[in-house]
This record gives sequence, structure tokens and C-alpha cells, in this order.
Amino acid sequence: MKQKNRGLAVFTFLVFVFLLGPLLIISVTSFEGGSVLKFPIETFSFKWYENIFKVNMFLTSFKTSIIVSLAGNLLALILGIPAAYALSRFDFKGKSVLNAVFISPILIPGIVLGFTFLRYIVTTYHLPIYTGLFIGHTIIMLPFVIRVISSSLSTFDFSIEEAAHSLGASKIGTFFQVVLPNIKSGIIAAVMIAFLESFNNVDISVFMTGPGVSTFPIQMLTYVETYFDPTIAAISVMLMIITAFFMFIVERLMGLSYFTKR
Amino acid sequence: MALFTLENISVAYNKQNILQDFNLEIEEGKFVSLLGPSGCGKTTTLRLIAGFLESNNGKFLYKGKDYTKVPVNKRNFGFVFQNYALFPHLTIFDNVAFGLRLRKASKSEIEKRVASVLEIVNLRGFEKRYPKELSGGQRQRVAIARALVIEPDLLLFDEPLSNLDANLRENMRIEIRRIQQELGITTVYVSHDQEECFAISDQVAIMNKGIIEQLSDPATIYNYPKTKFVADFIGFKNFIDFEDQTIHENEIELTKSGYTFIVQKNKENSDTDKKVGAIRPDNLVIRPIQGPVTSTKNALPGKVKIRTYLGRSYQYIVETPIGDFTVNQEMLVPYQVGEEIILEFPANNMVLVK
Repeated sequence: MKQKNRGLAVFTFLVFVFLLGPLLIISVTSFEGGSVLKFPIETFSFKWYENIFKVNMFLTSFKTSIIVSLAGNLLALILGIPAAYALSRFDFKGKSVLNAVFISPILIPGIVLGFTFLRYIVTTYHLPIYTGLFIGHTIIMLPFVIRVISSSLSTFDFSIEEAAHSLGASKIGTFFQVVLPNIKSGIIAAVMIAFLESFNNVDISVFMTGPGVSTFPIQMLTYVETYFDPTIAAISVMLMIITAFFMFIVERLMGLSYFTKR
Repeated sequence: MALFTLENISVAYNKQNILQDFNLEIEEGKFVSLLGPSGCGKTTTLRLIAGFLESNNGKFLYKGKDYTKVPVNKRNFGFVFQNYALFPHLTIFDNVAFGLRLRKASKSEIEKRVASVLEIVNLRGFEKRYPKELSGGQRQRVAIARALVIEPDLLLFDEPLSNLDANLRENMRIEIRRIQQELGITTVYVSHDQEECFAISDQVAIMNKGIIEQLSDPATIYNYPKTKFVADFIGFKNFIDFEDQTIHENEIELTKSGYTFIVQKNKENSDTDKKVGAIRPDNLVIRPIQGPVTSTKNALPGKVKIRTYLGRSYQYIVETPIGDFTVNQEMLVPYQVGEEIILEFPANNMVLVK
């Protein structure tokens, strides 16, 4: 029999209010008809949603964000899949050190990472803004790609590799014909999580962006410095919907357990 | 002539020798089992034949050709895994067709050959299913079909039945034997299950610590083990280390602490270096002490130390002047613990081993 605990129920409810309340408030304010962000709203309108698509800098920065995220994602996959494979498949000296190194971008504060990268790589080698953004975003996506794909490889039975071998497949052929198809859902989940991580990133991007090139979240920051209309609330709602949609797919593909694992 | 030969093969793992100067010859069309306790090197031997492992030195000859450095995917050997190792993302048809596609067979040929091999393993009609929709026994039959369809030069089994329950295991081993006989394909089979190996093999190699102790047909191994290890492994629980041995015309006379034993002579036991007597618990006889004394040879005075009930018979541990012996004996009125008895060693049931 389940026990009821009124105190705990109230506490849980308060936690939910604390977590979801701000999101709810933002969602409501995005429908304000006036030109100032306020809660509760006085008139109802969709015009700030329309405004997102009218402001030119949102459109260009959105495009920049998408390009940087997708390109960085591709590179993170090319680097991350073999790394995750090697970490799961083989035992070798320094494996735990390597594991820690691959996870470190999550642990090191983004500001530190971003500043170091700017100071010692971008300015030293005079990298163009796009290249800097691209490399920086690859670095922040890589640990997520490696973690998610490792988690999907942890249930992979490597004896089917040997089976493919004995049937005549080469080592590379085996990887593409047997390993990749079996971690497909892990790869899709990795792409989505990495994409969100990169698309929402502020702390690295803020160092990498420059004149004329900005990512979407950085543009949002710039916008709220000058304007105080509900456009920003409307954008937030849109980003929430996109994020929720992606997380729903990830959840369907492999569950959210890898967030708590390891 | 041997189909393939392992010559002086050595395999070391983490600086520990698993196989040392290992030799094995297998004839074409034979079903040979490698049997032994875990850690004896039987799986290592099989994986070496398959090509999953490389030997540190030695040679692997197949039909006289040096296969030592030939990689797995160029050997054309079928391998059946303990855990089936089916491709989870492919249907049964595609699992079986995998090897044929790599060999660039035409579509019609693939269909024909997959159909005929699924016929052999009794799995027609399962083509569109996925491995996870099949039972363990069915999966293992798919694995066998997948290995057979490439018409392998050699079929290798790594404990294929150990994940199945007892009934299914018996059916499957009959099935494996039937398929092997039908196709006449040379087979090497690894197991730690003695009954399984004896039931399906033409020859059994008993392995211990990286060497083959004995390679013979099952009946020879069962009746005439050559070494103490083999005898122990197949159920000769009682051993006597004799001190002296005299070979007569028809019998061999042996002594231990003043007691004399006679063993009938046959072609298997006339080597002078076999001085250990081995006898199964079922073959020892306990008789009451007050009965008429037939002979002082092949008999020891003893006392029942422990008695356990096995259902079909009683098992006794009997204490004698030269050590304890285990005896299984059917008897309506059992001997009591502590009772003084005579323990008899029938001359035709004792074998001599190294």
C-alpha cells in the first residue's frame, strides 16, 4: 500500500512551481498586446511572434546558429563515434584518463573554456569568426556525443562483430554494416542533445562572436539590452517548444536514463 | 590424411601461457569435441582455429596450406557462438543471407540457398521475423543456418547449447549431429559438458592446462582413460598409487602397503609407466565381513565412514588402511556407519593410468 504524506506532497508541488513557474510566466507574457513586457497581460495578441520574423538580426543569427550547430555536430560525430567505440570496445592503459578528458568540457566552466580558447587559439592563430565558432561548438558537443554513444554501445554485444568477420566482412565493413545500424538510435539522440547544447550555448559563443556574426542566443542578449518588448518572451516560448520536441524524440529513442548514468 | 593441423602452437595472454607447444590433427568429415574444465584452453584453441586469435608461434595448416596469418574473413569457416550473436537489426532472412551478400551471390541464388538452409534447420516461414522474436533454440538454429549457408570448409561451435535449458539441449545436440552427418562437414565443437561431447562426437579431445591429455573416440575414453586427469574427469573417483608392478602373461600384479591387486591385461594397460589404479564408485563392491573369504587379493578391510542416499543407490565413503574410497551400491538393507566391511576391487573394472 502506498503511504500518503501531505507535507511531502506540498513540498513536491512547490518544487514544481519553482521550476515551471517562470516558464509559465514567460509563456503568458509572450501574448501581451502592448509594447512592454508585463505580467499579467492586459491585452492578447500574436504580434510579437510575428515580430520575430520581421527583425532581420534574428533571422541572420538564427541561420548562423543552425549552420554552426549542424557543422559542429557533424565534426563532433566524426570524432566522437570512433572515440566512443574505442572507449567501449577496448581495454587500454590511460582509458580512464581519456574518459575524463573527453568529459572535461562539461565540467570546466564555459566562461573559462571560452576565454582560454579565444585568448590562446583564436587570437594566436587569427582564426576567422566562423572557424572559431565552429571549433568551439564542436568542443562543447563532443562530450555529449561521446557519452550518449558510449551509453548506447554499452549494451552492444561485440560478439556480433566477430560473427560478421567470420562470415567474410572486413573490419571496416563490419563497422558500417553491423555496428553503426545497431547504435543508430544512440547516434540520433546524440545529434539532438548536442544540437540543443550548441544551439542554446551562450558562454562559449559570447567569446567567439564578433562584428557582423552572432549566434541566436547572443542576439537575444543584445536585444534585451536595448528593447523591453515581449518579442524576447515569444522567442523563449519557441525555443522551449523546439527543445521539448527534441527531448521527446530522444526520450522515445533511448530513454533519459543516460543523464543519470555515469 | 589430416584436413588441418595445429603444429607447436603457443598462445600467451598477459604473459600467461594458455597453450604451449600445442598439437592437434583433425581428419576430414570428423566431428571432434574439445572437452575440459574452464581455463583448460579449449575455447582459445577454437578461436585460434577460427582466426580470432593469433598464436605467438607455431603453425596452422589447412589442406597443407599455411593458414597461420590468414585473417578471419578470408578463412571461410563457420562459427557458432554461445550467445548466438545474431544481427539484431536484420531479419532472419537477412541474417542468413549476410555471408552470401558479401560473396556477391546473385539475388536468385541467395533466395534459393537461404531457403534450403532454413529447410535444413527447420525454420522455414521465419524469414521475416527478427531475432528478438525467436526463442533461444530457434535463435541458435538461425546461427547454425547462417554459418552453414556459406558452405564453410570447417564448422566451429563454441559451447552452443549452454544457454539453453536441459530438454532443448538434448534435442539440439541430436539436430547438430544430424546436420553435420547430412552435410559431412568437418566440425570442431567446444563444451564443458561431458555427456554432450560423448553423445555427438566421433572423437573427443580431453584438455587440461593447455594440452590434450587424450584424443580418442568416446568409448575408448570412457573405458580406457590414459591419464589420471582424464580418469578423474570422466568419473573414476578412486585412485591407488601402486608401489610395485609385475606384468604376467594375462594379468598384472600390483602392490600397495602389502596388499596385492590383480588387473586383467589388455592392449591399453600393458605400459610399465602406468602405475595408478582407477576405479569408478559404481564398480567397487562392499561385502559383509563375516562372509567366506574368497581371496586376499583385490580386497581391503574397511569401515563405513559416511553414507548418503542417492535415490537409485547409496553412496558410501569407506575408510581403509590405504585411504578413503567412494562406493555406490544398490542395496535394500544398507550398511551402517561405523560397520566393518570388506571392500572388493573387481579385476576387470580397474584401469591403469599414468
